[in-house]
Amino acid sequence: MIKTAFDYTGEISWCPGCGDYKILESLKMALSELGLDPMEVVVASGIGQAAKMPHYLKCHCVNGLHGRSLPLAAGIKASNRSLTVIAVGGDGDMYGEGGNHFMHAIRRNPDITNIVCNNMIYGLTKGQGSPTTAIGMKTSTQPFGVTSKPLNPLLLALSCGATFVARASAADAEKTKDIIVKAIKHKGYALIDIFQPCVSFNKVNTWQWLLKSTKWLDEGRDASDKLEAMRLSMETDPYPLGIIYRSEPEKTFEENQAPYQTNDDTPLYARNPALENIRKLLA
Amino acid sequence: MNNIHSPESEVTISFCAAAGLGLQTAEDLARQMLSKAGYYVFSTREYMSRVRGGNNSTQIRVSTKPVRAYVDNIDWLFALSPELRSNITEKISEKTKILGDASAMEGEISSLGRKMIDLALAKRAADLGSPKFSSMIVAGFIAGIFMLEENAADELIEKRFSDADLSEKNKMAFRTGHQLGKDNVGGKAVLTTPDKPAGNEIFLDGNSAVALGAASAGCNYITAYPMSPGTGVFSYFAKNAKLLGSVVEQVEDEISAINMVVGAAYAGARSMTTTSGGGFVLMCEGISLAGITETPVVIHLAQRPGPATGLATRTEQADLELALHAGHGEFPKALYAPVNVESAFRLAGRAFHTAHKYQVQSIILTDQYLLDSGYDIIRPDPSSIPAPLHPVKTENGYKRYAFPKKGEYVSPFGVPGYGEGFVSFDSHEHTEDAHITEDRSLRKAMVEKRLKKLEALTAEAVPPIVIGPEKYDTAVVCWGSVFEPLKEAMEIIGCKNAVLVACEQVYPLSEEFRKIISSPCRKIFVEGNATGQFSRVVRSLTGTGADETILKYNGFQFTVEELAEELDKLLSVRS
Repeated sequence: MIKTAFDYTGEISWCPGCGDYKILESLKMALSELGLDPMEVVVASGIGQAAKMPHYLKCHCVNGLHGRSLPLAAGIKASNRSLTVIAVGGDGDMYGEGGNHFMHAIRRNPDITNIVCNNMIYGLTKGQGSPTTAIGMKTSTQPFGVTSKPLNPLLLALSCGATFVARASAADAEKTKDIIVKAIKHKGYALIDIFQPCVSFNKVNTWQWLLKSTKWLDEGRDASDKLEAMRLSMETDPYPLGIIYRSEPEKTFEENQAPYQTNDDTPLYARNPALENIRKLLA
Repeated sequence: MNNIHSPESEVTISFCAAAGLGLQTAEDLARQMLSKAGYYVFSTREYMSRVRGGNNSTQIRVSTKPVRAYVDNIDWLFALSPELRSNITEKISEKTKILGDASAMEGEISSLGRKMIDLALAKRAADLGSPKFSSMIVAGFIAGIFMLEENAADELIEKRFSDADLSEKNKMAFRTGHQLGKDNVGGKAVLTTPDKPAGNEIFLDGNSAVALGAASAGCNYITAYPMSPGTGVFSYFAKNAKLLGSVVEQVEDEISAINMVVGAAYAGARSMTTTSGGGFVLMCEGISLAGITETPVVIHLAQRPGPATGLATRTEQADLELALHAGHGEFPKALYAPVNVESAFRLAGRAFHTAHKYQVQSIILTDQYLLDSGYDIIRPDPSSIPAPLHPVKTENGYKRYAFPKKGEYVSPFGVPGYGEGFVSFDSHEHTEDAHITEDRSLRKAMVEKRLKKLEALTAEAVPPIVIGPEKYDTAVVCWGSVFEPLKEAMEIIGCKNAVLVACEQVYPLSEEFRKIISSPCRKIFVEGNATGQFSRVVRSLTGTGADETILKYNGFQFTVEELAEELDKLLSVRS
């Protein structure tokens, strides 16, 4: 593995063979390739196995509540625009507990990158069905098989107005790294749903399944056609991998906020109360 | 005893109308011109939970002496929409003058056994060109009964209507009303010429006071999911975002609202969220997150009656215990309860200062009554609010949760991107550098580190307002917005042996308050809830609570008259 400025040397509590190791590697390589200083990177997460990732990186680690990393990340980004903010978590965290925030974060369009480690199962709580688990999969809490339809995060993101939507795979760390680099560079909210196996609890979507059931899209393709992106999002077996949709960046959440409308990027921590203006309001 | 209202010194005007009639204009103008003319003015609103129709009311109390509380008395009732509600009709007395359109209201008023003065507003407004002028005729009428000049509101009207033609028509409507008012009182003003010194005063309501106090403390990030009566503070920020330099975001739910301000505060913003009981409950997990991560945030909890949706637009003080216990696990917090408009400004600032000084969560408990009531106060000075504490520049090896030095209560507060250190944040029990730990002794030390702040919070707790004789045998205790009606009630009954004790901070309790509570006097708690929550909290913290309580929980604030009566009854029976 390549050494990066983001390498953490302590213990990692993921299961041996977990897809999260590969995603962590892709993320570190991407941050490194972008030449970012760890002091300017914040990785925020919720709760779950994937949500432990910020602890395994040398940068500002933010580990909040289950499902709540997106509002946390938007709060951080709008307080200090010079920070690179990444929100990372699993499918249960982002699409289940945090489903409402997922939709509205996309509408809000903060300049953050959202990495979802999608293993289609709950790992930390030991193997219950998640919002992306396939119908029929038997789990400890759905012993007769999952009956709810799996959520389609790419299609949902497109319908909420995301300007960067991608799917990657833990089975290809290099290509996943390339997508993360592009997502971080993209101004505004960017979603990367990353397929990964759960070696302990998901006996269906395994490493072999991942290789067999996905195909990489041509890298040079024009990804700006939204209807085509929606069609691709609905394709299964093989599931397309790569940048599904990328359009011109739009005004971000931060740019729309009053403190930043005068080309003043001073972080909020360094600002003082607007005493003179408050006096005007009291005049 | 009941007759607290002295006609020589004050006049109370009530406006009753359906929502959506634009009556606000008449109320605002009346308040502004009377205040400008030198009268003391108090105004408060009560309204139904609907956008159109119904019947809402505004009370404006006009006096030659300072007035700051809600009363039963009505001298002039502008009954502008049918189906007056019982909270109004019960207050109509022999001397209440009832005004409005006979065409719309005569049947209803006569069924109350009363006669009305017909202002023929609809016809007069139509003659002037639009039914919308009714409101301005009413404003003019009020100017007339106080014998103000007919141009008393010209400036205010010009400010409100930029269109010259519309402004002229409104002035005409005002003059029409003015003549009617003058004629009605036979050219003799209903109140003597006021003697209010022309001072440095401004009319402010609770909503603006909370918002301006927070802004003066440097609040620069506010979130909310709309919920009455918590939205007013948020709207104030939204309207003035550019002037205040604040991020203002209406979010998808209260869970997002609290998590976003926690994230913002972690990165160094001075952040606040505002809500009411139902939304506050959704915030509880986020408050707990702020607790373990020692993130300074301010939560404005505008109380309304529950449970659940309760009475959506009414007032109550029943979320004290909820606020006190908000969030799972054990961590310290500070609870403020502004008692009036000045207090709302000051305590909103204080809430920020405490939150940032001790890296804790401050909750400001207000209620619909306080937020929607206003009067003239000495212009508050934004510089009187403590200046914000800026984060430290971190060094390499910085630990966000380093155990404090001896005699200190907090770890130095660093933010990401300022300095050479990593600033981490963890919802798990964590090590000094904010990483997950299950180490038992570290866990114990971290719990103690957080809880120790309670010592400092107690030492700095706001002492109660105590009004009354030095020697007393009875303490009449209240918290929050009950203060002003209670104060006036006690002035009226002239309590010789009782003191009024009003708490602006309800947790932790100040030493001064504990001293009063542990003294051997009789304790009467007056609260806007059904079970005496503050008494229960005080008892659990000190071993002593109320001997008797006066409680109200029908959705309305206590009036001065009813408190005077209830208290007099209690005090005349020696315990």
